[in-house]
Amino acid sequence: MAEKKAKKEKIPRQPMPEQEPDVRKRNFEEVPLGLSKELAMKEAERCLECKKPTCIDGCPVSVDIPGFIKLIKEGEFTKSIRKIWEMNALPAVCGRVCPQEVQCEGVCVLAKKGDPVAIGNLERFVADLEREQGTGELPPKAEPTGKRIAVVGSGPSGLTVAGDLILKGHEVTIFEAFHKPGGVLVYGIPEFRLPKEIVFSEVNFLERLGAKLECNAVVGRIVSIDELFEQGYDAVYIGVGAGLPRFINIPGENLIGIYSANEYLTRSNLMKAYLFPEYDTPIARGKNVAVFGAGNVAMDSARTAMRLGADTVRIVYRRSREEMPARIAEIHHAEQEGIEFYLLTAPTKFMGNKNGRVTGMECLKMELGEPDDSGRRRPVPIEGSEFQLECDLAVIAVGAGPNPLLTQSTEGLELNKWGYVVADPETGKTTKKGVWAGGDIVTGSATVILAMGAGRTVSNSIHQYLTWGW
Amino acid sequence: MFEILKRQEMADGTVVLDEISAPLIAKNAKPGQFVILKANETGERIPLTMADTDPEKGTVTIIYQIVGKSTALFKSLQVGDGFQDVIGPLGEPTHLKKLGTVVCVGGGTGVAVMHPITRGLKEIGNNVIAIIGARTKDLLILEDKMEAASHKLHVCTDDGTYGHHGFVTDVLKNVLEEADVQLVVGIGPVPMMKFVCKVTEKYKVKTLVSLNSIMVDGTGMCGCCRVSVGGKTRFACVDGPEFDGHEVDFDELTQRLQAYLAEEAASYDKFKSGSEGG
Repeated sequence: MAEKKAKKEKIPRQPMPEQEPDVRKRNFEEVPLGLSKELAMKEAERCLECKKPTCIDGCPVSVDIPGFIKLIKEGEFTKSIRKIWEMNALPAVCGRVCPQEVQCEGVCVLAKKGDPVAIGNLERFVADLEREQGTGELPPKAEPTGKRIAVVGSGPSGLTVAGDLILKGHEVTIFEAFHKPGGVLVYGIPEFRLPKEIVFSEVNFLERLGAKLECNAVVGRIVSIDELFEQGYDAVYIGVGAGLPRFINIPGENLIGIYSANEYLTRSNLMKAYLFPEYDTPIARGKNVAVFGAGNVAMDSARTAMRLGADTVRIVYRRSREEMPARIAEIHHAEQEGIEFYLLTAPTKFMGNKNGRVTGMECLKMELGEPDDSGRRRPVPIEGSEFQLECDLAVIAVGAGPNPLLTQSTEGLELNKWGYVVADPETGKTTKKGVWAGGDIVTGSATVILAMGAGRTVSNSIHQYLTWGW
Repeated sequence: MFEILKRQEMADGTVVLDEISAPLIAKNAKPGQFVILKANETGERIPLTMADTDPEKGTVTIIYQIVGKSTALFKSLQVGDGFQDVIGPLGEPTHLKKLGTVVCVGGGTGVAVMHPITRGLKEIGNNVIAIIGARTKDLLILEDKMEAASHKLHVCTDDGTYGHHGFVTDVLKNVLEEADVQLVVGIGPVPMMKFVCKVTEKYKVKTLVSLNSIMVDGTGMCGCCRVSVGGKTRFACVDGPEFDGHEVDFDELTQRLQAYLAEEAASYDKFKSGSEGG
């Protein structure tokens, strides 16, 4: 026993091979290159197979982490991916975009003394191997129940609900407003962080399991939730995300060259504007770019601007480094690629030329004061600290709100004072019978995996309701 | 795929009418609403206000002028062929109300958008005076339909080749002098809408305009279509496309519509040289 433990401590965490910063900052290919079989098996060896694994509790969808890692150790890669699929229909996505450092890896026993097992990298490894070389064999499905569920929105929570319920024998139709499925995974997260081919492959997996997909279907406009029940659906899940961009509301914000992060990223990712003119959708290519906000979306926007040929890209954030909401890995990647950070800095106005194009901005230095409602120290302007920066492209990435298009056209659906859907946190049930909601439209902007966790809660509740009537 | 069932070329082939099979949209659409169309995999999402819908046939009619790559690509699709994606109905419908006398002013392909609104305003019991205009006679569209949809139709051409010699705003002034008008609806190129609003402002007549901002998603998600209305930022896709014309910042709209002028020109040139070569 002692010998086994000693051996494990000797193996260091296997680093993920990555594209070099100077190369990758000008291309849209994925940054991490993925583990080889050898590296993955070596990394898997590091898992202690704890009797009471804390990592599972750290996973919002409760993947049997030691279970799938053990199968990697044994070289049973197909069995390993099937083990993950029991709890998670989107492992190739989660392996890439989950904040493992505050979830499974954050509570890994090894993290107490050193580096945790690279759970995310291992999850990604088996998912990629299955997609590229797997047998395509599907997991077993329960007997058909004859019940029909409409899933509104094909983002991470909707895909989780769909995947869970289809395996339980229900009929599932996914409605997507855009022309391609995936929601934020496709319009929001850039190719260099999550190749779209992977998302489509995960959606295709659900379709092969029998889920129906209706793109170009703006529920609330082309069909109402009540009409879905009239059409014979037994339950409806609302997972439409937080699709309403926030602006800063300062003078000059409507100048040309100032985008919401939603628009900037949608143009680049969903519409493939980075391939213009091969693709028809254009996007501004700025030389001096400013991105406002410091979450993952801000990092994605900044790194996109760099890849589109910018000379300087600046993250402008009114709080300090400690308060930046982005994952540490994302901040690190951005810094490596030459993104500059203007912290404790707030914009006060944009300036433009006679054609209405943005040419610069005025900013104010801030200092941290007393904690505010969010518990973070409130940034307070330093009087007379105004300064100007050149900028021909600005991206506003200060968060998103609830898009009212569906929620306000649905009778009997209670919303809170900010416009988010009121849903029972234990079940995801809304105030409208037969209607559940989850993800960002309930919680406000959060992460992919939290939305998937909400989807799991909801699918359990819908399954109970369809089976027992409550 | 959304099949093109019927095609009609107008105004010397510079304007195209497509009747597209889209049963669900046709069933749910109301006058004033728009659709977003995408020709193929690499295409752009283009918003167009519907010129007509037929719920029984399950069709939506759009009328567009060939102004660049995307509209040229639309025209290159053949009957029997179709659009890869059509999304809608989007936007708020026109609030059709019985008011008394209303004037509907349409310019260029704006006449296509004006037509169902004009018809709706007449059907609900208004006395409808319509004014349509174009640069020259050959570019005038839907004269017969607008005649049928209104009680009185005035036609103008900028160059005097047909009807009144002059702008729609000249005729509008005369109409406003003579009749007690409750509402003016103006739809057409931005300069036309701007000047219609300048005229009606003097006569203190409420004026609606339909804005054709650049859009991406059309569901309020991206804010690309933002316009200043009454000093506030609004989204044309979900708050509009119709707004109180006296509150719209037309100069800002004009500039924002030119955001991608250089890219659009390059893209169109590439398309034209490609189709000549092929």
